[in-house]
Amino acid sequence: MAKGPKPDELSKINYTPPRKEWMDVPTEIRSGMFCWGAKGKNLETLEFPNARDWSPAEEDWKLPENWKEIFLDGMKERLEKYRSFRLFMDICVRCGACADKCHFFVGGGDPKNMPVLRAELLRSVYRKYFTTSGKIFGKTAGARELTIDVLKELWYYYFQCTECRRCSLFCPYGIDQAEITMIGRELFNLLGLNTDWISGPVANCYMKGNHLGLEPHTITSNIEYMLDDIETVTGIKVTPTFNRKGAEILFVTPSGDLFADPGTYTCMGYLMLFHELGLDYTWSTYASEGGNFGFFTSNDMAKRLNAKIYAEAKRLGVKWILGGECGHMWRVLNQYMDTWNGPADFLEVPVSPITGMRFDNSKSTKMIHITEFTADLIKNGKLKLDPSRNDDLVVTYHDSCNTARGMGLMEEPRYIIKNVCNNFYEMPENTIREQTFCCGSGTGLNAGENMELRMRGGFPRANAVRHVKDKHGVNMLANICAIDRATLSAAMDYWVPGVKVTGVHELVANALIMKGEKERETDLRGEPLPKKEGK
Amino acid sequence: MKSLIPFIAVVVLVLLAFVGVEAGNLQFLFGVVIPYAALAAFIVGFIIRVVNWGRSPVPFSIPTTAGQQKSLPWVKQNKLDNPSGALGVVGRMALEVFLFRSLFRNTKTELRDGPKLTYGSEKFLWLAGMAFHWSFLIILVRHLRFFAQSVPPVISLVASLDSFLQIGVPLLYITDVVILLAVTYLFIRRVSMPLIKYISLPADYFPLFLILGIVISGILMRYFSKVYIVGVKELAMGLVSFNPVNQETMQSITPLFYVHLFLISVLFAYFPFSKLMHLGGVFLSPTRNMPNNSRMVRHINPWNHPVHVHTYEEYENDFREKMKKAGIPVEKE
Repeated sequence: MAKGPKPDELSKINYTPPRKEWMDVPTEIRSGMFCWGAKGKNLETLEFPNARDWSPAEEDWKLPENWKEIFLDGMKERLEKYRSFRLFMDICVRCGACADKCHFFVGGGDPKNMPVLRAELLRSVYRKYFTTSGKIFGKTAGARELTIDVLKELWYYYFQCTECRRCSLFCPYGIDQAEITMIGRELFNLLGLNTDWISGPVANCYMKGNHLGLEPHTITSNIEYMLDDIETVTGIKVTPTFNRKGAEILFVTPSGDLFADPGTYTCMGYLMLFHELGLDYTWSTYASEGGNFGFFTSNDMAKRLNAKIYAEAKRLGVKWILGGECGHMWRVLNQYMDTWNGPADFLEVPVSPITGMRFDNSKSTKMIHITEFTADLIKNGKLKLDPSRNDDLVVTYHDSCNTARGMGLMEEPRYIIKNVCNNFYEMPENTIREQTFCCGSGTGLNAGENMELRMRGGFPRANAVRHVKDKHGVNMLANICAIDRATLSAAMDYWVPGVKVTGVHELVANALIMKGEKERETDLRGEPLPKKEGK
Repeated sequence: MKSLIPFIAVVVLVLLAFVGVEAGNLQFLFGVVIPYAALAAFIVGFIIRVVNWGRSPVPFSIPTTAGQQKSLPWVKQNKLDNPSGALGVVGRMALEVFLFRSLFRNTKTELRDGPKLTYGSEKFLWLAGMAFHWSFLIILVRHLRFFAQSVPPVISLVASLDSFLQIGVPLLYITDVVILLAVTYLFIRRVSMPLIKYISLPADYFPLFLILGIVISGILMRYFSKVYIVGVKELAMGLVSFNPVNQETMQSITPLFYVHLFLISVLFAYFPFSKLMHLGGVFLSPTRNMPNNSRMVRHINPWNHPVHVHTYEEYENDFREKMKKAGIPVEKE
């Protein structure tokens, strides 16, 4: 963080709640903790309501006259559409088991970031308008009027939740704040209360195929830069194809991998691996986004973006789809895609052309995760690997929230890392696998203007990294998420300087011995290989 | 403050029953009419609540996965915490309902100097929760002996196991002690832990006081101020057979019994309108009762509707020249 508090200030966290009851504590929209408001033109592109420029910092949010009615009608509609929502509004007993499980609460101490209280912010409105006791007894029944201040408070805190589901793991009834946040954000979206950092990428993705707004020729040229770098390192000319009909496999990855370090190294890893395998695959510039920021606006928008993947697979006539390293992308692909845009009956059950492995675990969606694919390759001895090329790295692995708690992809990446690296250490068990901590910047909170929020949210993760850095000398944080690659770099620089961030397939590519490659002198980042250093 | 209103409410309820019976001779009201009404409210309310939940569909498959998924044949799946089939879900739900699996995971996060975050094991909430719910259930089962002419062996067995310590006359039920301690702990926890106190509503204290009232009145009757047990049994049998006992028998029972019965009636009637419905809700929770098989079996959303998408054709129209220049194949030259 260029400006704003230093780590030693930020880590002085006060967990004592105010004396006043939470309903009587006004919410201040504090700078550094929120993202800029959406731009009208983006909302318009997406056919979202109340399209106009707006700023959360200003008093006037430029809401429609009947905003309250819209909000409450929207709530009613969603109570009827989602059992989860109705149930989660009704059955919380406020046992508090979730309270200290949220990275934003742990890193910030604001009691309204305890998942239970974040949910109560909306539950109190639910009680007032949708339950008899709330209508009669009001505040005594935990109900409150929906006022403009309540709306602002809801907005502020529902954009301080990354839908990581860690709270839901500990809840005795499985109440999932992610579900409540998603619905809350849908309600804000009805009023045009979107953020620029979300609606901008969504508009890009809708029109151009990816969040970053890379146009087709930019995608190919970005990849060409990578191909040059690959050639420099390995002496091998890799020649991927784009929008090629008749390929066996469509490859879809988050566009972040095409754009900035260290994601680009991961992308080089995919390219090298596929080349080495002689895989019959194609990239698509139309479906050039695996991630789905639409998921952070509304269910319909997420579906509209996701539709491109199957549509493109159909147009190109591929047999199945391979997906790159991404977090929320995989929650969407695992739990939503088939329901929205399936059935993918024009595709075949994925079969690895190299090992013959039939991936029955995705026999309906026909889309598998690249770590499933690569783990199978390694298990079958199909890759020649020299893990000592990664010997200068002491690696730990960060589970992404979504692949951990919305899928259960935990062993596959670890198996790969252990085969391509000699030095691997796990972080403490309460911070990995299903108990993993968010990077602090998921669900479209990875902007620049809310850096204090991000660093607070990233504190538990960073603290666990620091533990293994001190204990084992860890200097590389591996993950399978494009947002992690972008945001954990910032969190590491802030909290644990000296630890770098990498995708798993960068590590694979470094260790991968390719046919006809020259004697490698550097890794993909251009750093000298460890054994060369001594000479 | 938030605990004061519920406390007063329960005291008023106690007085209401006591005075009603003692001074007003309202045994029939408190011993027959209200219990029937409360039970009816419970049953009807419970059903309405569950039906209401059931009416809202589950549009997406959203289990919270808490272990390794089913993927490659050599990767060991965690079948209970990340089930992919019905059997696993039944196992997961059984662990959740009977053993509070998720709560068992509970940790306590602490920030120490360094700064260093630690996550200690924190099982007291789980322990108190288990102790409370299980003793409540056992006590409920024990009470069924009042409602059957000849006591079924199962109930006798439960009762004799519950009193196996063989202390005192009448024999001390372990659950009586356990539930008293557990409810007291849950109350103290709520008022002594600042964050838990902060999130607590009157609706969190009311059931605690109410149940405490039920437990204390029950304990008083069994161990201290003896109740005319034959009369109680007759009254209970009368309720079951829809043939209420006569006023004479009812008057032979101590007012304390009517306090006990009235508080239970209030609990039953209050149940469907409160957070206590987590009893029914836990079974319906989509993050727990669904298998993680959404890549294998398509989950259907009943309200899935067509959406406006940006088609490939539109995309190519926007970028055709650029695509051609970059050597990307196009549909229309």
